[in-house]
Amino acid sequence: MDLKLQKIIPQLITVLVVVLVFGFFSYNAQINMENRGIDFGYGFLSQESSFDVQFSLIEYDGSHSYFRAYLVGLLNTILVSVIGIIIATILGVIVGIARLSPNYLINQFAAFYVEFFRNIPLLLQIFFWYFAALRALPLPQDADAMLGVFFLTIKGLYVPAFIWENFSVFLYSIIATIIAIVVIRIHARKVQETQGKQLPVFWISVGLIFILPLLSFLIGGVRLSFEVPVLKQLATTSFIYEGGVSLPPELIALALSLSLYTATFIAECVRAGIQGVGKGQKEAAASIGLTTNQILKLVVMPQALRIIIPPTTNQYLNLTKNSSLAAAIAYPDLVLVFAGTALMQTGKAIEIVSITMFTYLSLSISISIFMNWYNKKIAIQEK
Amino acid sequence: MFKYLKQLTSLVAMVAVLFTFTTETMAAKKSKTLKNTQKKGFVRCGVSQGLPGFSNADAAGNWTGIDVDVCRAVAAAVLGDANKVKFTPLSAKERFTALTSGEIDILSRNTTWTLSRDADIGLTFVGVNFYDGQGFMVRKSSGITSTSQFKDGISACTNIGTTTELNMRDFFNSKGISYEPVAFEKADEVVAAYDAGRCDTYTTDKSGLAAQRTKMSNPDEHIVLPETVSKEPLGPVVRQGDSVWEDIVRWSLNAMIEAEEYGITSANADSMKTSDNPAVKRLVGAEGELGAAFGLDNEWSLRIIKQVGNYGESYKRNIADTGILPDRGPNELWTKGGILYVPPAR
Repeated sequence: MDLKLQKIIPQLITVLVVVLVFGFFSYNAQINMENRGIDFGYGFLSQESSFDVQFSLIEYDGSHSYFRAYLVGLLNTILVSVIGIIIATILGVIVGIARLSPNYLINQFAAFYVEFFRNIPLLLQIFFWYFAALRALPLPQDADAMLGVFFLTIKGLYVPAFIWENFSVFLYSIIATIIAIVVIRIHARKVQETQGKQLPVFWISVGLIFILPLLSFLIGGVRLSFEVPVLKQLATTSFIYEGGVSLPPELIALALSLSLYTATFIAECVRAGIQGVGKGQKEAAASIGLTTNQILKLVVMPQALRIIIPPTTNQYLNLTKNSSLAAAIAYPDLVLVFAGTALMQTGKAIEIVSITMFTYLSLSISISIFMNWYNKKIAIQEK
Repeated sequence: MFKYLKQLTSLVAMVAVLFTFTTETMAAKKSKTLKNTQKKGFVRCGVSQGLPGFSNADAAGNWTGIDVDVCRAVAAAVLGDANKVKFTPLSAKERFTALTSGEIDILSRNTTWTLSRDADIGLTFVGVNFYDGQGFMVRKSSGITSTSQFKDGISACTNIGTTTELNMRDFFNSKGISYEPVAFEKADEVVAAYDAGRCDTYTTDKSGLAAQRTKMSNPDEHIVLPETVSKEPLGPVVRQGDSVWEDIVRWSLNAMIEAEEYGITSANADSMKTSDNPAVKRLVGAEGELGAAFGLDNEWSLRIIKQVGNYGESYKRNIADTGILPDRGPNELWTKGGILYVPPAR
């Protein structure tokens, strides 16, 4: 009994202190806000925002509500984070493996890249990619077309827009392709386990990826045409491109700097993971006649992933949170649109900052939960 | 007998009411902000992060500008020394939070007086020290000479957290032009991006355009279009809830403007004590008890005029002589064709 009490009392005191501290702060804020005539409430979210945003994934203009502006910012944050995470992962894996390459030139170059980019503050890199690289880009009227249809200019990257007819048929063909590949893989595994024969799964998959969507064009009535950006003159020396899709330079600079920076850390995680797999494992795999690619794919990577995933999750979280530096270069993310403009126009500092904090918390926890699930899935199944 | 009793009670009630009134005003005079300022020995003033003519720091960290002069005037009035000011540079986004949270006591940062700001967020605007309006800057080479030449797809660089963002939308909507707003957190980045060619036009208050133009790599390549698309009365702001402090800041500004109206300058302020005009004598502290109304001595306004100068001197020193806006336009006294008009100090 005494022992039980001894365990409970410190915990009770801790909870009490936490509650008191929070209580004091909220009480204090309440008193101060009352004294200064500031109302507290979330009613402003349904009011008309009356400001426009440069770049939005959903339909939005100033006649929509503050809540809609919040969604615009949130989606932009998610967009740049997803792009950043994908590029950083691909680049990180390549560089991580390159660091272990026996080729002196390749591993030294990879080492240089990692040391260079992870030791310069991220904000500085964002400014560099935005302002230095921006100045080097041509004005719209001077831009050369890449592949005839892409235009990289100071006002952004203009790419052709896809115009689909019967897009749903095309979508079904893609879904059918994915299902077919999964079925074939399962079948191939069975064949290998029962008969020891290996089917050329890779080549069959490649074939399917081409053939099924092609069929949808030939017999499904799918038509694809491109809308190529066209130069439009606004004034004597002022031009833009019309038509097509334009990616703002702010998005490009931010995604680029976030992924270049985070890739260095992921590369180190990958290197540590591969080096963490015992040498004996590779030698054993080689002795039973596996090829180098098979060793990497079947023996080293499954074991290395268990070491790589947890620290890489941290890097994904960092990248997502670092995307809030967007405010410095006018990329309309959650912080710029909601905790910036909306906060200023409404003056609801406590409400907006709390919503923003809660949003980042939810984003981070979602990434964590997903990565933990993945980590569990690839963990050693103890029997 | 009852009749008298009734009269007696009403008399007692009246005395009581009067008494509460006097104690109330006495209490009100005890301005917390004023007391804190005198205790600390400096005025805490929020300014911009660098807007030539309004609030700008030189290489040695000395702040100058007409917004800075408002804070200096308050310091001269309250502490007797115009240099006893601690300046806090703030972005447009931070400014109101800094004021309401008590980090600064005066916000003098080219801030537009609007209804929602005044009524909603715990602030009180005390006056106008610059009448401005939003305008557009373009490259000369673009050939644009009027906002009527703007076309669909134009990109406009600006700051976030300002009335500019709202006015811009109203303006382009009323003209039916689609536009791309590119909004930065800091003014320096806006200028850099516009200068690099990211945007076709840069929009903010016209005084701001004129001031930022001096920071461009080649100022002569840019022009400010003649149209003014909004009213932007800029002025100092204080926290809501300290009416005495509010009065001190308001009348420090008013004293500078009224001093110009009566021709009192930093050079002749002392000699004006013997003026025949009672209004002049009141302003230089030779007559009346004006300072007592907000717990200051009688020479508060004399110190402002001697140490900071009148509004005209401040304007000339900071805005006209620096070549930002040599023409005072609406910021001329009402007696000279402008709209600067302040209530009399009496």
